[in-house]
Amino acid sequence: MSTLTASRKGNTSAPEIRKRPFDWGQARTYISAAVIVIWCFLPAYWMVVTAFRQSGFTYDTTFFFTHFTLDNFVATFSEAQGNHFARALGNSLFIGICTTVIALLFGVFAAYALARLNFKGKFLVLGVILGASMFPGVALVTPLFQLFTNIGWIGTYQALILPNISFVLPLTIYTLTSFFREMPWELEEAARIDGCTQGQAFRKVIMPLAAPAVFTTAILAFISSWNEFLLSSQLSSDATKPVTVAIASFAGSQPHEEPYTTIMAAATIVTIPLIIMVLLFQRKIVAGLTAGAVK
Amino acid sequence: MSTQAKPLAAETISPTPERHLPKGESADRKAVTQGRWAATLIIPSLIVLAIVVGYPIVSAIVMSFQNDSGLDPATGLFVAGGFAGITNYTHWLLQQCTGAGGAAVACAPGTLGAQFWNATVTTFFFTIVTVLLETIIGFWMAIIMARAFRGRGLLRAAVLVPWAIPTAVTAKLWGFIFAFQGIANSLFGASILWTGSEWPAKWAVVIADVWKTTPFMALLILAGLQLIPDTVYEAAKVDGASTYQRFRMITLPLVKPALMVAVLFRVMDALRMFDLPFILTQGANNTTTLSILVIQQIRQGFNSAAALSTITFIIIFLVAFIFVRFLGANAVDSGEPTTRKAKAAK
Repeated sequence: MSTLTASRKGNTSAPEIRKRPFDWGQARTYISAAVIVIWCFLPAYWMVVTAFRQSGFTYDTTFFFTHFTLDNFVATFSEAQGNHFARALGNSLFIGICTTVIALLFGVFAAYALARLNFKGKFLVLGVILGASMFPGVALVTPLFQLFTNIGWIGTYQALILPNISFVLPLTIYTLTSFFREMPWELEEAARIDGCTQGQAFRKVIMPLAAPAVFTTAILAFISSWNEFLLSSQLSSDATKPVTVAIASFAGSQPHEEPYTTIMAAATIVTIPLIIMVLLFQRKIVAGLTAGAVK
Repeated sequence: MSTQAKPLAAETISPTPERHLPKGESADRKAVTQGRWAATLIIPSLIVLAIVVGYPIVSAIVMSFQNDSGLDPATGLFVAGGFAGITNYTHWLLQQCTGAGGAAVACAPGTLGAQFWNATVTTFFFTIVTVLLETIIGFWMAIIMARAFRGRGLLRAAVLVPWAIPTAVTAKLWGFIFAFQGIANSLFGASILWTGSEWPAKWAVVIADVWKTTPFMALLILAGLQLIPDTVYEAAKVDGASTYQRFRMITLPLVKPALMVAVLFRVMDALRMFDLPFILTQGANNTTTLSILVIQQIRQGFNSAAALSTITFIIIFLVAFIFVRFLGANAVDSGEPTTRKAKAAK
């Protein structure tokens, strides 16, 4: 009996084999699960529906796709109202990739040391890194704004990448540290016994093993850089502003009227790649999020 | 999935369980080489953080004690700034502005200086209400997600959707939902001007924030829930504990460390809330948070803005400190002390 219960209570979602007339508990679970899924998808669904709706029917409340058009996506990329959306997409991509690469370049080594080596002050280093990520963006923006104004960096890419590193690097180090703690480090010892130096063992044995962890961390780092708004809204210019800033200040043809269908089209373009990425790498991202537990 | 669940509190705060090296010269030498190797690997990151975080913070504190250069309101002459003492802080905390002849007078209503306490109250209102709602709803979501049923993968993927959408996009999306002719009003047959008056505007921000961040909260709580072994529940069932008793006496205390870490992260995030109210309501109708106030002040004077941002991070630091003390007290009876006791016993 006890083994039976144990196997049924296991983590696999194996369906119950025994037939019952109707399982109310299970039904309640499914209803709750459905409510959660609807909660998560409904506003996003509304965004997509609106993105494909003719602008004359912006406030149509039909639940399904009606007055279908692709004009909004054309309008999103049009330069007529001074929205440089295509450029903003490129900017976000460029800033995100640079930030991620720099953060990983530094973070991988720090995380390896924190997860693997014994040294004095490890506690302190972890505290400093976690503390660094806790400073609010506004605490950084004032001095950076003044500094970048003085040296003529306002609106340059480096003025947008550097501040992003302030929160992406701690996130990277934290997530990687907790991933690295779970790796099969006996293999490193084995490599050492076979005559590798510690550096060689790191490069030839550990790096390939760590690739999935690094990849997941890269996704998290990229998403947090892609979603940043506060610092870029102050430190960017028209030519370098990322998509989040571009969407927040999207101009339409009519003054005093938000061009919502166009904005929703832009929002869809910005969001869909993220959603696809998240759905594809769901397991890894959840693991990374709960491990790093930042943002 | 469950194999990835980790003891959050212990994971994020405590270092790896140390390998106890035999005492002696070889161990000492190993420790020294490991220490050097660790320093080589970590110092580059610390230097980068010193540049991108340390320098701005120190520079903000220095700036906050200096006068903003500008025109003297009384004489109309340009003043170059200079050491200000704590006037930038009294400007915000006591709402003192510089009047005629440099005398301190109360800030006129409507100026940024007069908004400090309102912004503080608003920030705390948003923090308390959103984190409370997120914790309750997130807990419920986590309990559902922890159950075994077909399609659980879809559910876990779905909760990542609001998390992945950029806050700026979330703000625009909910701005559209809460538009006067928008879906929210038409669904409920209401005609509320959501962004037009104080309480609807505040609730619009709260609803949008709860929608976006509850799933994240749920995932963190779920990680905590998965650490509780099923056998504990089985034993309680055998002993005749009711569902409520099992929740109250087992789930809550055992999930508490993970829950506290999740709440701490959310509180610190909510205290610096910026994107959502800034885009959704432009800070109108008393939805100006401290972060928004700093951004509005930047164009009017760096040094006062620096003082305000310093006040903001001190507030966040104090709240975090209170939480960590509270958490620290908890960590004593969970996991942590075993290593400490082991060390003490040596």
